[in-house]
Amino acid sequence: MVSLLDIIGPVMVGPSSSHTAGACRIGLFAREMAGGQPETALVELHGSFARTGTGHGTDRAIAGGLLGFPPDDERLRQSLELAEQAGVQLTFENTKLRGEHHPNTARLTLMRDGRKAVVVGSSLGAGRIQITEIDGYGVEVTGAFPALVFVAKDTPGIVASVTGALARQGDNIATLKVSRAKKGGDAIHIYELDRPASEEAMQAIRALSAVRFLRSIPRIA
Amino acid sequence: MRITALADALAEAERDGVSLGEVALRAEADAGLRTRAEVETALARALKVMRGAVDQGLPGGFKSVSGLVGGDAQKMTHPKGPLGGTVFTDAIARALAVQEVNAAMGVIVAAPTAGGAGVLPGVLLGLASHRDVTDEALVRALATAGLIGAVVAVRASLSGAEGGCQAETGAAAGMAAGAGVELLGGSPEEAVHAVALTMQGTLGLVCDPLGGLVEVPCVYRNATGAAMALAGIEMALAGVEFPIPVDEVIDTMGEIGRSMDVRYRETAGGGLAATPTGRKLARERLVQIKGKPKN
Repeated sequence: MVSLLDIIGPVMVGPSSSHTAGACRIGLFAREMAGGQPETALVELHGSFARTGTGHGTDRAIAGGLLGFPPDDERLRQSLELAEQAGVQLTFENTKLRGEHHPNTARLTLMRDGRKAVVVGSSLGAGRIQITEIDGYGVEVTGAFPALVFVAKDTPGIVASVTGALARQGDNIATLKVSRAKKGGDAIHIYELDRPASEEAMQAIRALSAVRFLRSIPRIA
Repeated sequence: MRITALADALAEAERDGVSLGEVALRAEADAGLRTRAEVETALARALKVMRGAVDQGLPGGFKSVSGLVGGDAQKMTHPKGPLGGTVFTDAIARALAVQEVNAAMGVIVAAPTAGGAGVLPGVLLGLASHRDVTDEALVRALATAGLIGAVVAVRASLSGAEGGCQAETGAAAGMAAGAGVELLGGSPEEAVHAVALTMQGTLGLVCDPLGGLVEVPCVYRNATGAAMALAGIEMALAGVEFPIPVDEVIDTMGEIGRSMDVRYRETAGGGLAATPTGRKLARERLVQIKGKPKN
């Protein structure tokens, strides 16, 4: 279904909804996965992002997202300079990612508080994004919903415990995906919610011994 | 919104004696995602951003990242030609202004896309600079434009990578034409004919940007798109009717887009991008990240 506001919108910093607005949103998502402003970020640009990225401001848009600026924030224009002032060390490289990827894709490797976060995201057009990889796990997240993301030891009953914790607080689940690297190894869990998870539910989930780390990601797009 | 044919929207408008913009606002509220007041507030914000982009761009001073575009909107504010000072020059100046701001990473409203974002404010604010129109009427006209764009999105495409520039500035021109007719007090039927009369003139338009960037010819193509929309508005308000129904014109745009060679769909592989000068400028001016130190 098409909304009027998809056609007359979004309000955004130019010049391209896919190369600028979408790129910014990938940066915003990665910032959330890092748990806040990264100390260093390696930004690898793939496909059309690599070919036309500078002219479209893709580098500035991703840097702006990493600083927490939304797609309509005029500071995107100066984000490279602002990142330097904020002490965020940015490195941009062109790359050819292995496997099948959308032409407008970037891999972001962020360091914050001694922890590494790796996010691969694609810009699908009209500012819409899809995150396809988090810390090496294949995922499908659009940022259109608030989400809970966590990695847990592959043991029975995790999903029941988490959905129970959410249900007790009245947090409704829109979609749920679990994927693991191998049987008995760690698995990544992504719950897209109708509203951001309540602090009570977060505490209950964080207390589960199988859960290694947990992020609450706000709606990005 | 549920409307997938402009013929259906026209039938509803005529049955209830309302504008296409009113039909659009009702359909959007009926979809249930937002209230009517929320939709009108969002469109009013879009209008404000469009005005802001025009006001920023008209005095000049914006240069794109490559330096290839900027400063042409300002030239149009001191026109030397015989049409100087008319709606025509003002619409073109505003379309250029918004696209120059867009190319320089300023704030715009994608309408329907960033690459075609100059046409709608060019036409509507160009008309508004010569007529006494209220902001309410402009918001209603944006709803009309949104309805037309939504139908094009469903029946054809709004993406240059899918359908060439006919799907971006062409669709924007069709949206602006229908919206412009209603802004000037024309009937829904005249608005629908304006869409058809405008979009028949943009059929087949390729997307061939130098280096794949939203600069050349995009900035200028927004200005000619605005001119196409004014031609459609002028004809429709004079009573000209296009013999092929508007929905069939939109379907034709989609069909042409699907059969368009990939070189003409935003890949910079053909058209102006592939000319000797186009390639030379892309090489010299559109500097890429590779080998460019960032810190």
